[in-house]
Amino acid sequence: MNKTLSSIIKKEFRHILRDKQTLIIIFLMPVMMLILFGYAINLEMQNIKTAIVDNSKTPQSRDFIEKIISVNFFRIVSVDPDYNNLESLFQMRQANCIVVIPYDFARKLDHQPQTKVQLLIDASDPNAANYINNYLNMVANLYNLDHNDFVIQPLSVEPRLLYNPDMKSAYFFVPGLIAVIILLICALLTSIAIVREKENGTLEQILVSPVKPIHIIIGKVLPYMMIGFLMGLMILVIGHFWFGVPVAGSVVLLNLMMILYVVTGLSFGLLISTITKSQQIAMMATLVVTILPTIMLSGFIFPIASMPLPLQFVSRLIPATHFLEIIRSIMLKGVGISELYKQAGALALISLVLLGVSMKKFSTHLE
Amino acid sequence: MIPIKVENIHKNYGEIKALKGVGFQVNEGEIFGLIGPDGAGKTTLMRMIVSLLFPDEGNILFMDRDVVSNNAFVRSHVGYMPQRFSLYQDLSVEENLLFFGDLFNVPKEKQHQRLERLYNFSRLGPFKKRFAGALSGGMKQKLALSCMLMHEPEIMILDEPTFGVDPVSRLEFWNILGTLRDQGITQVITTPYMDEAARCDRIALIYAGNILALDAPDKIIADFPYNIYKIASEVPHILFNNLKSVMEEKDIQLFADGVHVIDRNKMGINEMRNFLKAYLKDDEEPAQSNANLENIFLDLMHEQKEQV
Repeated sequence: MNKTLSSIIKKEFRHILRDKQTLIIIFLMPVMMLILFGYAINLEMQNIKTAIVDNSKTPQSRDFIEKIISVNFFRIVSVDPDYNNLESLFQMRQANCIVVIPYDFARKLDHQPQTKVQLLIDASDPNAANYINNYLNMVANLYNLDHNDFVIQPLSVEPRLLYNPDMKSAYFFVPGLIAVIILLICALLTSIAIVREKENGTLEQILVSPVKPIHIIIGKVLPYMMIGFLMGLMILVIGHFWFGVPVAGSVVLLNLMMILYVVTGLSFGLLISTITKSQQIAMMATLVVTILPTIMLSGFIFPIASMPLPLQFVSRLIPATHFLEIIRSIMLKGVGISELYKQAGALALISLVLLGVSMKKFSTHLE
Repeated sequence: MIPIKVENIHKNYGEIKALKGVGFQVNEGEIFGLIGPDGAGKTTLMRMIVSLLFPDEGNILFMDRDVVSNNAFVRSHVGYMPQRFSLYQDLSVEENLLFFGDLFNVPKEKQHQRLERLYNFSRLGPFKKRFAGALSGGMKQKLALSCMLMHEPEIMILDEPTFGVDPVSRLEFWNILGTLRDQGITQVITTPYMDEAARCDRIALIYAGNILALDAPDKIIADFPYNIYKIASEVPHILFNNLKSVMEEKDIQLFADGVHVIDRNKMGINEMRNFLKAYLKDDEEPAQSNANLENIFLDLMHEQKEQV
């Protein structure tokens, strides 16, 4: 390898290794995010606080309540609260839902074609409200089946969940986290590393030497490329062995795609570094143009299909959108390159455009 | 070969005219000083010589080659020390030196020979494992200079190398520059300090984008046609304000230890004493003195201001 280039790379590694604080953050951040997403931000729901008002107090109503309890989803926190003051349960956040069994429950069951049970839900979290509604309907169905052998169901839907049969959110967020972390490390650290040299005046010093701009750029970028890739790998390993996320497809393809995505992240960082002059601005700019869209618009958390049309269009411009499709397909569905060339092409195109612009903009002069 | 030739350089930053037609020639093996206050245009000019900035008008020749069209040549043959300390603070003295050796493609064996020589004359040897950020101001500047010497340039461009350095280290630094000159290295240096100007072989006094005077420092002093009288004072600014009422402002100069008066009308010391008597306290008396570069600079500055 070219001596100047290897010297710049060596120097860059020294900067990284000697800046202990940054180094610790680089390694701890992915682990912290994994723990956060893995344990704290749990999209699976259980332990829904439930209050039950049993106005019937009959064997039938007790049987129904038994059914509710038997589902892990509901946790009974209050039985027969003051009927006139039910809303205060919601206001004091003591319950997420209240089941009200009418006093004529048993009689109606025996004599009428339909019996209604009231379900009050705190819908300030609409997602949870939906879940609660579905679960109680399921309980009601169970009850119906138990007590009425002759119910005829002409049509029923039998779901089969593919790729993530237990609907574990780890399957969902580990690939997403890889997308966020790689981008964060590559774009943020590269842009800061270059802008720091501008700010400290060291760039002015090394520009007055025979070194070629391309060597400066590659020398700065390569170390962060390796670190970004290592971080991605680390999350992958933890995700696989700790959270049990499968890798159904080719590991080699997965790594190649990660490298492609690393390059995309770097080209973002490079572009930002060519147009900013202070580390602080570089940091803010990177957060605004890379991290925020990656978390909000790439489908990492919110599904793209339910976004308004203009935002759906924007999401196609975000590298993470394509990378998420790639990595989720490879890890969960075991898809090969023949299904993914479009997304890979999009990533390559975005990188090429950004690299081209930043190479052109990288000035070897001070104006 | 002419190391550096600057011809009629103009440079604007928007509305601000940083340089207004500057020209000079630097001779082989001399220390050429650009002397002037902050904002005079020194740094802009230095950056143009090393091809970091482009002139709006005029040419700069570096070893007889046009700088703009030969910037790769300039950058590999010049030793440039920017105004601010621009080395890597988290690299050690030795790592910085070797890095610059690599940057300029100096072969490894040569790097180590030069390292030893540079340690000797800069006396940085005992500190070679220390991080650059932990060095004193004077040692930092010696390190920056040493890094520039790793590729043994024939021409060095030093932009305020002694800024913020203590007087003892400054003296040592200038002694090193003297040694380098004796080895035949041409140096262009900027400084706002007049005592350093006197150590240059030739200087250009520069102010507001113009060169006010260009010659050897002794020659500039010798050519100054007027006598200077020093009036030492405990309260120079009060004395200065008093004298303003009887003398033209361009003929009185305020210093920390008193007021210097230019005898533009050739009154002579005795007549001056009588003339000013009424405005002076008992312990304040004009004394014959030699013009120094600072006096001359201030006078030329006034002249320049009057022209505008």
